[in-house]
Amino acid sequence: MKYWSWWLLVPALLCGCEQPDMADQPRLETYETGAAFNDGLAARPVPEGTVARDQRPAATENPLPINAETLAHGREQFDVFCAPCHGRNGRGQGVIVQRGFPAPPSLHRPRLRRAGDRHFYQVIRDGHGAMYAYASRVPEDQRWAIIAYIRSLQLSRNARLEDVPRDHRPLPDTGEDPP
Amino acid sequence: MALILAFALVVVMVALGAYYFQSPYYSGVDRTPAQPVPFSHKHHVGELGLDCRYCHTSVEQSSFAGVPESEICMTCHSQLWTNADMLAPVRDSLRDDKPLRWRRVHDLPDYVRFDHSAHVNNGVPCEACHGRVDRMPLTTQKKTLFMQFCLDCHRNPAPRLRPPDAVFEMGWEARRGVDRQQLGERLMARYHTPSTERLTDCSLCHQ
Ligand code: HEC
Ligand code: HEC
Ligand code: HEC
Ligand code: HEC
Ligand code: HEC
Ligand code: HEC
Repeated sequence: MKYWSWWLLVPALLCGCEQPDMADQPRLETYETGAAFNDGLAARPVPEGTVARDQRPAATENPLPINAETLAHGREQFDVFCAPCHGRNGRGQGVIVQRGFPAPPSLHRPRLRRAGDRHFYQVIRDGHGAMYAYASRVPEDQRWAIIAYIRSLQLSRNARLEDVPRDHRPLPDTGEDPP
Repeated sequence: MALILAFALVVVMVALGAYYFQSPYYSGVDRTPAQPVPFSHKHHVGELGLDCRYCHTSVEQSSFAGVPESEICMTCHSQLWTNADMLAPVRDSLRDDKPLRWRRVHDLPDYVRFDHSAHVNNGVPCEACHGRVDRMPLTTQKKTLFMQFCLDCHRNPAPRLRPPDAVFEMGWEARRGVDRQQLGERLMARYHTPSTERLTDCSLCHQ
């Protein structure tokens, strides 16, 4: 047997080598566990009372410009975070309520129509009764966008013909059949 | 004779290797790790219609999609299924302030950089990389996540891009009669998708 032919086995043996270190490097990824802290978490919880860089003092009224962009943003956020319970129309019959969650009041109630923006802000931030706080998931700006959208929802249920610009009104009913 | 034997051995090794590296065992496709709570996307997304962002909150803002804390489950399960044994670990976790240990389903090697927000905010849908999550009773890996998988799309993202409001949707399709490639190319212009050279540059993913 030619003894050099054994060299052909070398690549085969090398196939067995792995370098696990590159795939799992000695740094901690977000959900890995590490020994550096007592609780073993790599993702550190934010200490209470932390103020973010550039954080503005809490506004008392809606600081966002009220335009189509803000409303579109507010609608998106409302549909993600609030609609499961409050329903897309705000009447409080979302899908989770249909599965037995206590029904929230309709956002179109006179009391909530009269309530100031600040009240809505506090409900989102701190929760209300059976509703948990959404502060950790809905940051400052998104809260105000949602509130602007809720206002427009409320308005939409109580709109009068005079609120519609003249050239956007439906054609007046002339009592005749269309041609 | 020995030469032929050795040659045959090498061929067998290569074939075995190729088989192994293609197998789901290596790629992780269809892997379904056991979780502390048998959480069902089929139930919560497919049937209740919850949006991914209700639970994976940071997916639009950071590289990391984030797995929900127990408190997020409890926004509903404080009132629903309050006595279910299945949910006991969630309740205990909130009470003792100890996070639940969800097991990772997808995990890239540490030498690869990946960013969720860069994809999701630029029209790449969850479905392209995670499959039909809304049909999974238990979360399962559906794509290999090999370099080949990433590059297949980076070389020609157009047919997979979607308008912004369809990124989180499952099973979205362009209206019938619309040319998918053309629609994708218009979307690329709108998202200012980087050039193919940039998207296939090694340093994009390996830094
Ligand atoms: C998991 C279900 C659920 C979700 C999601 C939810 N809510 Fe509620 N909400 C409730 C319930 C239940 C109440 C009634 C609470 C009570 O009176 O005990 C309520 C009450 C309210 C009220 C009325 C407070 C009052 O003065 O009576 C407002 C305003 C409100 N929610 C806004 C929101 C907004 C904005 C969001 C989205 C960021 C949201 N909710 C998400 C369940 C929910
Ligand atoms: C009700 C909360 C909830 C919603 C809504 C939700 N998820 Fe999840 N998701 C979870 C939880 C909890 C886990 C971790 C447990 C598991 O892997 O099953 C998870 C895990 C995942 C994973 C695997 C993570 C890993 O470890 O690799 C993917 C991918 C995922 N979700 C995608 C989605 C997508 C896409 C949507 C929207 C269509 C969505 N999720 C909606 C709660 C949710
Ligand atoms: C927005 C509300 C909501 C959130 C948030 C939510 N769930 Fe649920 N979950 C439900 C509802 C509603 C049901 C019951 C479904 C039904 O009645 O068909 C349910 C059912 C369940 C069940 C039992 C039914 C089954 O077989 O799937 C489990 C387990 C469960 N949820 C786990 C979780 C976990 C874990 C989380 C947090 C990651 C979570 N849920 C977050 C609304 C929610
Ligand atoms: C371009 C492909 C791609 C898209 C699009 C994508 N993901 Fe992922 N996702 C991944 C990869 C790759 C990982 C593993 C990341 C790692 O190991 O660091 C992952 C991991 C996750 C995880 C586990 C936690 C984490 O962040 O590592 C969750 C949850 C998740 N994805 C949810 C989502 C949701 C929800 C969407 C849509 C809004 C989405 N993903 C869109 C590729 C993608
Ligand atoms: C379905 C298509 C698709 C898949 C699959 C995909 N990508 Fe991408 N990726 C894109 C697009 C499109 C962009 C450009 C986004 C933009 O407009 O900036 C991108 C951008 C990136 C960037 C640059 C992010 C930044 O910070 O600018 C990285 C890194 C990246 N992808 C990594 C990956 C990795 C790793 C995988 C495989 C796990 C992957 N991608 C899979 C479509 C995809
Ligand atoms: C779109 C992102 C992306 C780009 C661009 C990219 N890679 Fe990768 N690469 C990956 C991913 C993801 C993996 C991990 C595959 C796995 O899970 O085994 C990988 C793995 C690798 C590996 C290890 C292979 C293995 O099987 O262990 C090498 C070597 C590599 N890449 C080289 C390159 C080179 C050279 C280039 C440039 C020509 C490049 N990559 C460009 C995403 C990328």
